[in-house]
Amino acid sequence: MTRRQLWRNLFGHLDLPLLAGMGLLMAASLLTLYSASDHNLERVMSQGLNILVAFICLWIVANLPLHYLMRAAVPIYVLGMLLLIGVALFGEISHGARRWLNIGVATIQPSELMKIGVPMMMAWYFEKYEASLTLKNYTIAALLLLLPVGLIARQPDLGTALLISASGFYVLFLAGLSWRVMGGLFVAAIASAPLMWSMLHDYQRHRIEMLFDPSQDALGKGYHTIQGMIAVGSGGILGKGFLNGTQTHLDFLPERTTDFIFAVYSEEFGLVGNLILLTMYCFVIARGFVITANASTYFTRLMAGSITLTFATYAFVNMGMVSGILPIVGVPLPLFSYGGTSMLTLLLGFGMLMSIQTHKKLVKS
Amino acid sequence: MNNRIELKNHQQEIFNFRLRLFFGIGFALLLLGILLARFVYLQAMRHEYYQTLAERNRISVMPIVPNRGLILDRNGVVLAHNFSGYTLEITPSKVNNLQATIDDLAKLVDIQPRDRKRFKKLQAESHDFETLMIRSRLSDEEVARFAAQKYRFPGVEIKARLFREYPYSEKTAHLLGYIGRINQADQDRLDENDLLANYRGTDYIGKTGLEQYYENELHGTTGIEQVEVDSAGRAVRILSRTPPVSGNTLVLSIDAKLQDIADQAFGNYRGALVAIDPANGEVLAFVSRPGYDPSLFIDGIDADSWKELNDSPDHPLNNRALRGQYPSGSTIKPFMALAGLFYHTRSPEQSISDPGFYTLSGSSHHYRDWKSGGHGTVDMFKSIVVSCDTYYYGLAVDMGIDNIFNFLSRFGFGKKTGIDLEGESSGLLPSQEWKMKRFKQKWYTGDTVSVGIGQGYSLVTPLQLAAATATLANDGIGYKPHLLREIKNSVTNEVRKLDIKPSFDIKLDPANIDLVKRAMAAVTQPGGTAVSASAGALYTIAGKTGTAQVVGMKQGEKYDASKLDERHRDHAWFISFAPADKPKIVVVVLAENGGHGGGTAAPIARKVMDYYLLGKVPTPVSIEKSVTHAEPSASGVPEAEVEVEHD
Repeated sequence: MTRRQLWRNLFGHLDLPLLAGMGLLMAASLLTLYSASDHNLERVMSQGLNILVAFICLWIVANLPLHYLMRAAVPIYVLGMLLLIGVALFGEISHGARRWLNIGVATIQPSELMKIGVPMMMAWYFEKYEASLTLKNYTIAALLLLLPVGLIARQPDLGTALLISASGFYVLFLAGLSWRVMGGLFVAAIASAPLMWSMLHDYQRHRIEMLFDPSQDALGKGYHTIQGMIAVGSGGILGKGFLNGTQTHLDFLPERTTDFIFAVYSEEFGLVGNLILLTMYCFVIARGFVITANASTYFTRLMAGSITLTFATYAFVNMGMVSGILPIVGVPLPLFSYGGTSMLTLLLGFGMLMSIQTHKKLVKS
Repeated sequence: MNNRIELKNHQQEIFNFRLRLFFGIGFALLLLGILLARFVYLQAMRHEYYQTLAERNRISVMPIVPNRGLILDRNGVVLAHNFSGYTLEITPSKVNNLQATIDDLAKLVDIQPRDRKRFKKLQAESHDFETLMIRSRLSDEEVARFAAQKYRFPGVEIKARLFREYPYSEKTAHLLGYIGRINQADQDRLDENDLLANYRGTDYIGKTGLEQYYENELHGTTGIEQVEVDSAGRAVRILSRTPPVSGNTLVLSIDAKLQDIADQAFGNYRGALVAIDPANGEVLAFVSRPGYDPSLFIDGIDADSWKELNDSPDHPLNNRALRGQYPSGSTIKPFMALAGLFYHTRSPEQSISDPGFYTLSGSSHHYRDWKSGGHGTVDMFKSIVVSCDTYYYGLAVDMGIDNIFNFLSRFGFGKKTGIDLEGESSGLLPSQEWKMKRFKQKWYTGDTVSVGIGQGYSLVTPLQLAAATATLANDGIGYKPHLLREIKNSVTNEVRKLDIKPSFDIKLDPANIDLVKRAMAAVTQPGGTAVSASAGALYTIAGKTGTAQVVGMKQGEKYDASKLDERHRDHAWFISFAPADKPKIVVVVLAENGGHGGGTAAPIARKVMDYYLLGKVPTPVSIEKSVTHAEPSASGVPEAEVEVEHD
């Protein structure tokens, strides 16, 4: 095997533009993590390891031919559903929510698996009935979405339920759900909002209330939002400089390595830094759309579109939450926040994007 | 055909998908646009606002409490100062089980039931988030023991604080007063006077005595420190610092040694002593016996100690020199004599024949002299020397209450002296007007009789009598008595001396004052009522004894001290100045239930004069001797010196 062949075998299925965009974001994230953790190199190394493990998974998925991915859709979905039912029946309670399932060797959070499982299943379903899609097909696909979402919302984990709903909705949307139906659903959602409000848990209601007036509980529930906004706002145009954020280093920012890491970045690098960050996200999202547009099958088109849009949604929700325009939901900033699970889920998605991009020639031929 | 449809469908499908994808891209751009707008709003438009909030988060303005000013005596002896020590403090809101925590702490440091009670009281008066002291003045060993176990006690900490200390403790308690924790009433008063800002961080304020009167001088100016803090409020570094300015030093006219000697001279007696320099009104000694330990009050007194002090029959909290109101007894006679001369009611040579009692015309009631059988022929000089009651009964009636009131009020009777202490009593100088207001009754001539010998309605405070005696010693030129001599600025060391001017001049005829002063000097000579006061003295003492009744005597009943309960015995007065011809010191003594002015009060005054004029320190024996004077029969005092007044 020549060196060139080896290179192609190892990295041939990686999409370089996407990889470059991701790499830049991750580099910025490690830098910010160093500041957020108060110069804790161990924390940075640990995140590096998370990235490495997730990257290996990405590499494996990127090298899988597309029909493997399709074939995996049903088993992953069924497994995910079984685990979710298991959680509902035997799950462990922590912080007032039943999210974790003890499978003997480890405790796992099945809702994380469904972030990929649900859009895959729906895309698989639409691919199967591609030729003649009727309202009945959309209804069935919607049920495939609502079943796990319902179970996750009951845990309760409203944030994850909403984000999975979004990724499923993107599949429905891209599969051509008629505008009239969407309009009807939108009106129905508005109409049922008061009912939904009454079904929410107290702490969930509180978080939404806080959004409209965080100062009413400045030291309690509103504290996160207020301190996040102070960090972002006090950063100004140029920021306070790397390692110089007062909100960060004097411990005013909560969860500053995970959900609120954007506040740390924003405080130290300012509006200019934020523009650069948005540009990097924009680049990754744009590449995702290019891959989507070029995808060869119905399944891969839907999958790639959903993954890209979901990624954009995650980024928006997290930054919107930190800067005080969305309620506090436990959503990490994609490719940026500290944590292994979300990194793994994300890179599995990007692995699929790369597989879709690099295997399409084979399908065509 | 089929293929073509499929192909067409395929193209249609791709077209539809791409259309939807464009909407998706538009949606993603919209989301990013919203974020961009938000960032511009927060970071460019509202930057200053959030910058301010971040600074407010980060910067904490901490007050630095100034050191309280010192109080020194006229020779620089320290009467009140500060020392740094450690306290153990608890923040109740940070402690789960307060009782258990205190029990655990008691195993490490000594916590008495008294400390617990005081803490409970403190807690009831404060907010739970305030840090409250459970023990003060920890020993180094206790500090070390707690420090090693600190992790077990969240919400409990050791703090270094400045403590106020009064080295003379109870001997100066009624003079200096004490500081105590600032309460709501203090806070309201500070707020009213716009002083609250300067008291940020200050826990204590002068509550009584000089500590209260000169609070504004003693407190100083609070400094400010800007500190960077983290979210838990821990100081990270100091950003800027305006140092505090210590309170000013008070230099008193009091002589600490004299105060000490005066206090000891009382032995077991309760009472009061005021010594004044007649030439300028400087108070040299200011004693009220018994005293109390002022340090008990600084951090809030516990209920038991308070009850003990408050319920004690000795009333140690009562400032007798300042607030005690007693009948002046015969000590008023020299002033009455001056009044009689002033109004020409009597001439010096005019004499009466004393049968031992006085009767008003048209009445059979006998106003008795203290000496049954009387003093024989008595002129003004002799009336003072032997303290003839009959002489003054007649003088008072002949002069009339209006003249008595007018003349005595010039000496300050019935009025506050204006000394630099709060809460002074004004005594009582009766008048027709006063009686009408008080009892809705007109004044009877019978009321005037007893006023002539300082009984009846009239009341004086020891301080008042001392000030009047000083005016007399100074030939009618009066100074306001004052305890402060000068104020020393703590920063510049600049000294502000008190501006001393005479307050009034009674304009007495020198011949009159000379007669009265000579008679007072004779009081301490053989034949006088206080002959023992000047026994062996190297200087001349002018004085006047007096007795204030505690219980009234019935007509015909004889006063017998030994038959009376100790607390019903008469109070003994002695007013004096020395040297008699050129007075340097005025000493007024009240010995409660002391019986006889000459026997008990005069020897106390003598010890004070001996030290002030000769530098003589009494030996412990001579102090004990004054105690034995409590029993006149046992002391062997000659009959002539014993003065008893009954009406």
